[in-house]
Amino acid sequence: MGKSVKDLEDVTIRFAGDSGDGMQLAGTQFTTATAMVGNDLSTFPDYPAEIRAPAGTTYGVSGFQIRFGATDILTPGDLCDVLVAMNPAALKVNLKLLRPGGIIIANVDGFTEKNLKLAGYTSNPLEDGSLRQYEVYPINITKLTEATLEDLKLSPKVVDRTKNFFALGLMFWMFSRPMEPTIEWITKRFAKEPALVEANLRVLRAGYHYGDSTEIFTSRYRVKPAPLPPGKYRNISGNEAVALGLIAAAHRAHLQLFLGSYPITPASDILHELSRYRAYDVKTFQAEDEIAGITSAIGASFAGALAATTTSGPGLSLKLEALGLAVMTELPLIVIDVQRGGPSTGLPTKTEQGDLLQAMYGRHGEAPLPVLAARSPADCFDTVFEGARIALKYMTPVIVLTDGYLGNGSEPWRIPNPNDLPDLTPSFSTDPSTFKPYLRDEKTLARPWALPGTPGLEHRIGGLEKKHIDGTISYDPDNHDLMVRLREEKIERIVNDIPPQTVDGDEEGELLVVGWGSTYGAIRSAVHRKRSEGKSVSHLHIRYLNPFPRNLGEILYRFKHILVVEINRGQLLKLLRAKYLVPALGYHRVAGLPIPSVNIEQRIDEILRGER
Amino acid sequence: MDTVEHDVQSVPSVKYTARDFQSDQDVRWCPGCGDYAILAQVQRVLPELGIPKEKYVIVSGIGCSSRFPYYMSTYGVHGIHGRATAIATGVKLANPDLSVWVATGDGDGLSIGGNHLVHICRRNVDVNILLFNNEIYGLTKGQYSPTSRYGQITRSSPMGNIDHPFNPVLLALGAEATFVARTMDRDQKHLHDVLKRAAEHKGTSFVEIYQNCVVFNDGAFAIFTDKETKDENVVYLEHGKPLIFGKERDKGIRLENHRPVVVSLKDGKYGPDDLLHYDEKDPGLAYTVALMSNYPGMPRPVGVFVDVQRNVYEQDLLNQIKSAKQKYGEPTLEALFNAGDTWEIK
Repeated sequence: MGKSVKDLEDVTIRFAGDSGDGMQLAGTQFTTATAMVGNDLSTFPDYPAEIRAPAGTTYGVSGFQIRFGATDILTPGDLCDVLVAMNPAALKVNLKLLRPGGIIIANVDGFTEKNLKLAGYTSNPLEDGSLRQYEVYPINITKLTEATLEDLKLSPKVVDRTKNFFALGLMFWMFSRPMEPTIEWITKRFAKEPALVEANLRVLRAGYHYGDSTEIFTSRYRVKPAPLPPGKYRNISGNEAVALGLIAAAHRAHLQLFLGSYPITPASDILHELSRYRAYDVKTFQAEDEIAGITSAIGASFAGALAATTTSGPGLSLKLEALGLAVMTELPLIVIDVQRGGPSTGLPTKTEQGDLLQAMYGRHGEAPLPVLAARSPADCFDTVFEGARIALKYMTPVIVLTDGYLGNGSEPWRIPNPNDLPDLTPSFSTDPSTFKPYLRDEKTLARPWALPGTPGLEHRIGGLEKKHIDGTISYDPDNHDLMVRLREEKIERIVNDIPPQTVDGDEEGELLVVGWGSTYGAIRSAVHRKRSEGKSVSHLHIRYLNPFPRNLGEILYRFKHILVVEINRGQLLKLLRAKYLVPALGYHRVAGLPIPSVNIEQRIDEILRGER
Repeated sequence: MDTVEHDVQSVPSVKYTARDFQSDQDVRWCPGCGDYAILAQVQRVLPELGIPKEKYVIVSGIGCSSRFPYYMSTYGVHGIHGRATAIATGVKLANPDLSVWVATGDGDGLSIGGNHLVHICRRNVDVNILLFNNEIYGLTKGQYSPTSRYGQITRSSPMGNIDHPFNPVLLALGAEATFVARTMDRDQKHLHDVLKRAAEHKGTSFVEIYQNCVVFNDGAFAIFTDKETKDENVVYLEHGKPLIFGKERDKGIRLENHRPVVVSLKDGKYGPDDLLHYDEKDPGLAYTVALMSNYPGMPRPVGVFVDVQRNVYEQDLLNQIKSAKQKYGEPTLEALFNAGDTWEIK
């Protein structure tokens, strides 16, 4: 059957269904196949806090969005081109995310009276003409799946669970993706249950062939490979990248890795991932609570491990007192905060940038420490590695901020050559004739690291203020003032050891859009579009939030207007205004979702028009 | 399973004395504080264990007892309130070759740090925990603690304490600690012997030490420590031996209907063979005997309640690392990075 093939620059697909419909699985399989084709891509899993919310309800809808293209893909897309809706609730929740004229693949069999009612529809949208502005393909996915498996005599429950592969197969056909990676995955996953291998493969192929043979689709699409820099790639989520970054840092430092962690959404995957790597001298310790997570890590650091703790906002709050101890004892420690919607339990599975000020100032006493933020899933690797470098070199706790969107989202990662990663090997004190616990390195002001087990270097550290150089307890007022200043200066000196701030676009001009963390892709897209319209707009994205790069102020002063875009109520905005006394403006949307780049474009236009 | 046997290396190159474990810091506890006696015994016991001095790490939380590490010339961490056991866990897991000790108190270990205490016990990390129990908050000047007695008048309970106190031994037994003991600051010989046994035990050792606070709760344990009263009010637990006490060694403990009762050995009705013979390997018995503290008229049991063996946490961790290495070979970052589906762009 001759069907036309159309070339597209980039496409955004959203798979949506009940929490138990296997939409996350369909999405990740589609992602793998897309990566193999060589497209650039960005994914955004969007799922509810409930594990299995009641079927058919709007709050039980689980979505997975992937954008892929023949060009540089910076975000998972504001609006999608194709919406796969397994039931009415999935349609209801996601329709506003579909662009006008977009494609809807609807599982007609899911649009039962009961499900329509649960989703709050009074009439069937597939029939009442309300979807006129979209290209709607109502397909009997459930019935076709059942027919495909009829002779296998499987339980209805098992049959129902395979229908996501029908939708996936259809999408593979529609966008000319290879099925091999998924076939391989199914074969491996169900190796012990041949009947399930057979069932899932059949349904996957049935979906693919349905697209090919049915009359309703007149064309399919092709998205050519993206011109990514040469190299070997794999798809990676932010949480995976954090785990690999920690292992890489430990290996390059020739230290064992210790992770003290308590499960918390959306950071738990880092604990899961690291617990698989015992062979890499990774000691994961699932602690009894967040506090034991960080304090065990402090103990491990004292004993000579590269120590880390992973958490999200509420967990960071519980760790703050212990962070004071880490600052006081000047031990290396990496704290990773995968931010989520807050305060309190807030929106635990959604994303936010609400913890910046907590990371900067959430401590008792004067307790400065370095704060870094990753800007994309793959960048989590580099940011964590850099955090470890700073922690080891400056003997300090470091906070690395990522967020739920980065942690769960994924993109292609150009696999680095391990030998190109800097060597992080610390030097431990061994000489009793010169050792003093707080005798600082002249350049970095770091104190020496002397490991228990080293003869002659027995010393005590702790939360009480210590005498400069000596390290004995000191209540002397001048000594405390000196130590407060030394701890501060140590962190400030890191500025000499980090790259200068760069700008995407002109180095001066009308408007500078400033961001940090996961807003990177959205801001970059928005700024590129405005620049292509000839507007004087540049983008500055900050990785080093404390200390700020030395040249940050000069750059800010060269622009007439500054716009700070954040998924919070203006936390970086406050820091920049306070430090540089610039009249910066903000754009904030705290919706638990990435900020759409179109919103940023609108705000840019407003400011350029002279509106505030 | 192929196991790694791990013992803190015990080949000291020099012989130590107690003096070798004294730090150059002035000890700042109140004159007459029971902590002095405990410090002296720890400094006496450590040289006897045959472990090089640099392998000792003493970890504490916050409170009077938690100043302990500063007075020892070993490695030490003075942590934050309640978290000593969690810090110690990290130290021990990172380097199982260290001999790790925790000095904590009834407030630090049972109130703010109660959670970490029960979890280290159930995990059986090889750490020695010394809980200095003075039944009062000392460093914050005299509020009731989780072991203060019901009705006790303190600065924060002027009308009497209405909290039911923890029995620390029961708590440790409930958390299935593998070594649980009680001793007293004023019984130096017993304290010494219990500390030594705690050190020699593989797995978490929990030692409750009755410790007199001269300022805020003086005499709390006087009936158990004063010459005139202690024999009538303390019964020492010894493995395999009958529970006998009294100035004349004329009283004993029998189990009747699973409950300990005091019987006289004078009237000829009962002899030593009729008494409860203690068994450190029986946690159920330990629980029953530990409950004696709750019954009026019973002597206070002191000694080793249990000494049993169970998988040691850091041992299991090392075994997992070893078997993972056997399975996957010596790992490289190259292999780690390139795992899973990859593709090449030319």
